[in-house]
Amino acid sequence: MRRYFFKKIVTYIVTFFVATTIDWAIPHLMPGNPVEIYLGRFNISSNTQYLALQKTISEAFGVNVPLWRQYLDFWNGVLHWNFGVSFYATAPVTHVIAQAVPYTLALLIPAIVLSYVLGNRIGAMAARRKVLDNVVLPIGYLFQAAPFAWLALALSYFLAVRLRWFPPSLGSDPGIGVGWNWAFIWSAIRHWFLPFLSVFLVSFGGWAIGMRNLVIYELETDYARYLRSLGASQRLVRRYAYRNAVLPQLSGLALALGVVVGGNIVTEVVFQYPGLGHLIFLAISDEDFFLLQGIFLFIIIGVLVANFIIDIAYVLIDPRTRLSMTGATA
Amino acid sequence: MSVKIDNLQIYYTTLRGEVKAVDGVTFSIGDGEIMGLAGESGCGKSTLGNGLIYLEGRMRHAGGHVTLDGKELPIGDAKAMEQHRLRSVSIIPQYAMSALNPTRKIGRMTADLLKSRGVDYKSVLEEFRRRVALVGLPADVLERYPFELSGGMRQRATMVISTLLNPSLLIGDEVTSALDVSTQRAVGEMFMEFRDRGYVKSTIVITHDLSILAQIADTILIMYAGKLAEKADAQTIVNNPLHPYTQQLLASLPEVGLRYDEAPLVGIPGRPPSLLDPPKGCRFRDRCPVAFEQCTAEPPFVELHPGHQVACWKAIQDAQSFNEEPAAQGAGR
Ligand SMILES: Nc1ncnc2c1ncn2[C@@H]1O[C@H](COP(=O)(O)OP(=O)(O)O)[C@@H](O)[C@H]1O
Ligand code: SF4
Ligand SMILES: [Mg+2]
Repeated sequence: MRRYFFKKIVTYIVTFFVATTIDWAIPHLMPGNPVEIYLGRFNISSNTQYLALQKTISEAFGVNVPLWRQYLDFWNGVLHWNFGVSFYATAPVTHVIAQAVPYTLALLIPAIVLSYVLGNRIGAMAARRKVLDNVVLPIGYLFQAAPFAWLALALSYFLAVRLRWFPPSLGSDPGIGVGWNWAFIWSAIRHWFLPFLSVFLVSFGGWAIGMRNLVIYELETDYARYLRSLGASQRLVRRYAYRNAVLPQLSGLALALGVVVGGNIVTEVVFQYPGLGHLIFLAISDEDFFLLQGIFLFIIIGVLVANFIIDIAYVLIDPRTRLSMTGATA
Repeated sequence: MSVKIDNLQIYYTTLRGEVKAVDGVTFSIGDGEIMGLAGESGCGKSTLGNGLIYLEGRMRHAGGHVTLDGKELPIGDAKAMEQHRLRSVSIIPQYAMSALNPTRKIGRMTADLLKSRGVDYKSVLEEFRRRVALVGLPADVLERYPFELSGGMRQRATMVISTLLNPSLLIGDEVTSALDVSTQRAVGEMFMEFRDRGYVKSTIVITHDLSILAQIADTILIMYAGKLAEKADAQTIVNNPLHPYTQQLLASLPEVGLRYDEAPLVGIPGRPPSLLDPPKGCRFRDRCPVAFEQCTAEPPFVELHPGHQVACWKAIQDAQSFNEEPAAQGAGR
């Protein structure tokens, strides 16, 4: 057990290291110098003034030293939770991210958890009820196959623009200040609903169809046939089938995280929802490298943590991994 | 007679029509009898065995009756059948090595199964443990997951679970097939042990391998293409088979067949016919070395000698001439 977790943790650390290095390298290997880009924003006519500013800014951004030094400084910053300054917001990157993170988590966590739980339940029900199956299957395929942007636009068009049930964009009414009061909370919930629904529906379709197929498969396996031959109740056979079908779904969840995070970026952009996805969009259009770096680093950490939680959950529910880890079995 | 099967028909419904996998079979098995059921792959042995306990998906009870302990066994009625499963009829399926839920400990799975059948696990636990020891499994097997056991151990665990409620009829489908020779022997002996201890009354041991049946079966029933070919006590089948199919099955087995020198052994040339549209007359005709005109009609399954039934025109003819010969000699004197 301990060896297994040790191996896992080493894997996570190596992954984190590699991903973070790539995150650092991409803006540095891209054409264009962040300092020049930054200075390009201002109209500086005098050459001496330009050179002086260039020097100051280079020092402020830490790009006046050799590349290896910049790399070490970057890690130093990561370890001290300091990702530099955002050009776009002219504020520390961590501040900018901290403002966006609650919105993204409020979208992603309920969307992932609810779509997974409900998708599994309804998929399992569809596996044994023809009528429900005839409804769930086509709808599930439709949502699963829908690109995030397409579904977000469709929902926005029908439910916000045409029916006006929900606001079409932003995280809350601009007129209401952010704070712990009912006016703001209600406004935030109304703005939250459509982007949440977009992410939820796409994932839900995938889980429901996956579960339906897995349960149908499990009900045909040898252990299910054996139980039925010995007169076990339907309930018992279904319970076993469900439990065993959840295992591949859970590994699927780890794989799907990246896709959902990516889809979430698109969704936030469509709804101009002020989370990390929207921030990425702004950072790219502003060529705000430090901000982009910081956001990606944050996403890397988030995905790794979520994967780690899923790993642990898997170990807890699948005796095969649990026991193969102890190395005590044949 | 504790098990009586009367003109039983079990068909598979397929898109191309009905597969008549068991097409009118009649036989009975006594209390304490181990009956071997043999024949090539695809002859309907598993269909017959499964049909006595659980008709799945495409299987249909197309006719005939099964009587167990003097009462009709409602094999075509899934609901009515439920209460008989495990209690009065049980099976060790062909896939016994993968029959246990991989994510449940064996004891827990058994408890779940018994609970869903309204049996208190605690009340049988002691007996369960005793039988686990009897088949040579370590005592902690109940606390283990199936993947922690070898295939042979899983199979023995399945044997114990299937017979825990002392069924009147046990069906073992190809239980010995995937095992090496010495393990085959041990598993075969377990069937005898279970019978001797009264865990089961009647046993059907299905196999395509006659040599194991020669060791453990009291009687042997040979099936061919959904029909019965021959039935007699084990010694008679092995030493004095009358049906050409049985003779050829035995000839393809060096251990039991008389002629070791004929190795390398070859199977019987040709294959069993499709049961989607089985041939008229004797179903073995196109593979039979002694077929003659009469074989275009279906041979009846008749008792030619006491306890020895055969479905073959040639065997019937031989038996008649055997009976006529002494009379002819007597007339000549
Ligand atoms: N699920 C099924 N659907 C249609 N035909 C089947 C099915 N299972 C078996 N059969 C057919 O029934 C016949 C008997 O099969 P089976 O009982 O498995 O034979 P055995 O156990 O003697 O090898 C074969 O011809 C086989 O093709
Ligand atoms: S009935 Fe005819 S074809 Fe069939 S086994 Fe006997 S001799 Fe051969
Ligand atoms: Mg079979």
